[in-house]
Amino acid sequence: MGTYILRRLLIAVPSLLGISVVLFTVLALAPGDPFEELATNPNVPPEVRLALRAKFGLDDPIWQRYFHWLTAMLHGDWGFSFISRVDVDQLILQRLPVTLVIIGASQVLALLVALPVGIYSAARPYSWFDRIASSLAFVGFSLPTFFTGLLFILLFSITLDWLPFVYRADITATGWAWWWEHIRQSIMPVMVLGLFQGASWTRYVRSSVLDVIRLDYVTTARSKGLKERVVILKHVVRNALIPVVTLVALQMPAVFGGAIVTEQIFRIPGIGSLLIDAILRNDTPVVMAVTFVFACLVIVFNLIADLLYGWLDPRISFR
Amino acid sequence: MQEKEIRDLVEDVRAGRLARRNFILKMAAVGVGAPMASMLLMHAGVAQAQSAFNYKPTKRGGGGTLKLLWWQGPTLLQPHFANGTKDQEGSRIFYEPLAIWDNEGNLVPVLAAEIPSRANGGLAADGKSVTWKLKRGVNWHDGKPFTADDVVFTWRYAKDPATAAVTIGVYQDIVVEKVDSHTVKITFNKPTPFWATAFISAEGMIIPKHLFEPYIGGKSREAPNNLKPVGTGPYKFVDFKPGDMIRGVINNDYHEPNRPFFDAIEMKGGGDAVSAARAVLQTGEYDHAWNLQVEDDVLKRMEAGGKGRVHIVPSGDIEFIQLSQTDPWNEVDGERSSIKSKHFAFNDPAVRQAMALLADRKSIQEFIYGRTGVATSNFVNNPPRLRSPNTKFEFNVDKANALLDGAGWKKGGDGIREKGGKKLKFVFQTSVNGIRQKEQAVIKQAAQKAGIDLELKQVTASVFFSSDVANPDTYGKFWCDMQMYTTTMTQPDAERFMNQYVSWEISSKANKWAGRNIVRWSSPEYDRLYRAGEAELDPAKRTAIFISLNDMVVNSNAIIPLISRPRVRASASKLAQQLTGWDLDLSMLQNWYREA
Repeated sequence: MGTYILRRLLIAVPSLLGISVVLFTVLALAPGDPFEELATNPNVPPEVRLALRAKFGLDDPIWQRYFHWLTAMLHGDWGFSFISRVDVDQLILQRLPVTLVIIGASQVLALLVALPVGIYSAARPYSWFDRIASSLAFVGFSLPTFFTGLLFILLFSITLDWLPFVYRADITATGWAWWWEHIRQSIMPVMVLGLFQGASWTRYVRSSVLDVIRLDYVTTARSKGLKERVVILKHVVRNALIPVVTLVALQMPAVFGGAIVTEQIFRIPGIGSLLIDAILRNDTPVVMAVTFVFACLVIVFNLIADLLYGWLDPRISFR
Repeated sequence: MQEKEIRDLVEDVRAGRLARRNFILKMAAVGVGAPMASMLLMHAGVAQAQSAFNYKPTKRGGGGTLKLLWWQGPTLLQPHFANGTKDQEGSRIFYEPLAIWDNEGNLVPVLAAEIPSRANGGLAADGKSVTWKLKRGVNWHDGKPFTADDVVFTWRYAKDPATAAVTIGVYQDIVVEKVDSHTVKITFNKPTPFWATAFISAEGMIIPKHLFEPYIGGKSREAPNNLKPVGTGPYKFVDFKPGDMIRGVINNDYHEPNRPFFDAIEMKGGGDAVSAARAVLQTGEYDHAWNLQVEDDVLKRMEAGGKGRVHIVPSGDIEFIQLSQTDPWNEVDGERSSIKSKHFAFNDPAVRQAMALLADRKSIQEFIYGRTGVATSNFVNNPPRLRSPNTKFEFNVDKANALLDGAGWKKGGDGIREKGGKKLKFVFQTSVNGIRQKEQAVIKQAAQKAGIDLELKQVTASVFFSSDVANPDTYGKFWCDMQMYTTTMTQPDAERFMNQYVSWEISSKANKWAGRNIVRWSSPEYDRLYRAGEAELDPAKRTAIFISLNDMVVNSNAIIPLISRPRVRASASKLAQQLTGWDLDLSMLQNWYREA
């Protein structure tokens, strides 16, 4: 087990290096300029812009800039944003809590919907409940989040005027009022993301429970006279959920990565909106850092998923 | 309008025969911005008009929280590093300049005790120096007094190339000296008719010496106060998240009585313009939203709810078309659009004039911009509904056809005009933007009727407006027959705006396409007049020069001015505020209040 983890981590190093090279080259080759706003401002002499480019090393050859970035990164220096001139790690840390709360809550919601609905549907396949749940699930994951987001805003904010549609991370209230404000403004984004995720997971849970429920050992359990409840929860679900656990573990990097579109619509100051702003402004250090962190998380959670798999299913061994 | 007439008008104002306001409108009609007109009067010793804003609150605070929505959130709070107006606006909550420009073009003192004039001895007769008296009893948010040392320091800080301040252009050629604890003297290296740039408006915010002194030059990025501003403004800093949120709280030590009205301020960033308008006009979640590039129909529908209203503030920005004066398709000396080449068609004044006749500005205004744009024939901006007497625009396809026929461009079998084997087929580029694509379509349609074929091309804004030397599609390279964009007039004086047509600013490979003369039109007469205007100390003569410069470039038809673009803002119905087209939205933030 220990050697397996070590081997996997060692394999991860070249893939991370490869990822960083590809990211850096694509960003460097992409058109655009972080000082675009200065370029269109007649009050700023062009020399200022050229001096800034030189100062931030934007005119150096790509490979030189890459090695410069890599050595700094290895020393734990993530660089600073060209746009806000703030250290990148600070920018990311500022936005991490909101992303964790919103995306985390939406994943929890997705699980809370997907598990009971999926299991119940599979226990009674082609019943009315199953048909309605399946149709809703199809509708749920066919509608893109930007569409449901706008629909929710139109209904709950503009027509009914119940919920605010601008998310504010700093709420000055304290105590219950603070909680209330936070819950009120989180309802819409969490619902949008959670229901979308929940819809596809429901289908997944249903099919994996269906696979298990027909197996002989389940029939044996039933013929022993066990209650249906016990059969489903103790014997079926435990085995059926192994692939679902992997799926959820692989989804975890997204919790840190944020949801770009939804964050933009509700103005949630998360990692996703940081990334999209940085891309739009050609702020290379921020884009590099966020995407690189994301790549690391994907690799780590892949490993965790594999380990979990082996732990849940003793038939799988690590070699 | 000639020098003599301007002089007579100034005399009329001084003698009280002409209202100050009417003088400014008259000057605006000939393309002179309000601030420049105002400076003309100041130079002649006519006192500035008092600002008419009626500030009602009788005590400081008690107004709750003021919530601002900036859909492009400020990313930094050091005004001398500002990437754009969004950062300047964010900084302006905390920092203040010596004076600001109001909507009439008056200089209004903020940290200055008074506006320098010839009468009070602030302006030198030779135009080479200005003396500012600073307001006494002003404190920084940390309690330290504001003095002349801070003003001198701000100059030293910004002019140092190692600091990498974007305001260096304003400060590098001047010398600032402390006269006494509350007086500073600015000396220029040549007579400077438009002296109100240093320490004024967006680029003039003064930073505290005691906090920034160790971080002058190469260490400028490390200053902790870059993110935690300590200024003299009406609100004190609480918290900042780049691109997301700025929070401030009332400054109980503010230097103007009974101000500010609000107890706290919040500036939220992110999202898009349409939903920002919605949050102010429709749901009332926010009090003020900035820069709403939204179709007028949409704004009108949102406004119908009555929670907020749209403010349209005249400003200097102009949407215009450039007709390439050089050959964009063939290399000369290894360079496309080289100044040594000539455009096959736009070299002919008849074609240029025909193109101007084919731009249906009236329809563009009526059907595309609505209230948010005003058709114009002037390059130098003016308040809405006023037209220059010297230039005018018309839309006339028949006249354009006649002109082209007369110049020997005959229609071929495919209905496209040609002469000497060259067809009138042009590529017309602009940035990707719903409104611009509609404008392109309007112009293409008209051109077709005159036998001119336009191929429309759209470039993503982040590429088009970039200064990326490697990209062929930037507006600075202009490797195309025609292009359209908005040029901004951020400085309320025409001098910098009109350098877009001088020969030494021509954009070329040599200056990495950073030159301001992108259309590459030039004329020795224009150059000569511009130089004369730059050095001309007599404001009346200088104004006359800028008017002729405007007329020269407009009448050459190398550019076709289309739409003067006012600033569009939305704010809550109850919010009383002063907005100006010549300064930042928050330039008079201390006066904002909510009516009962």
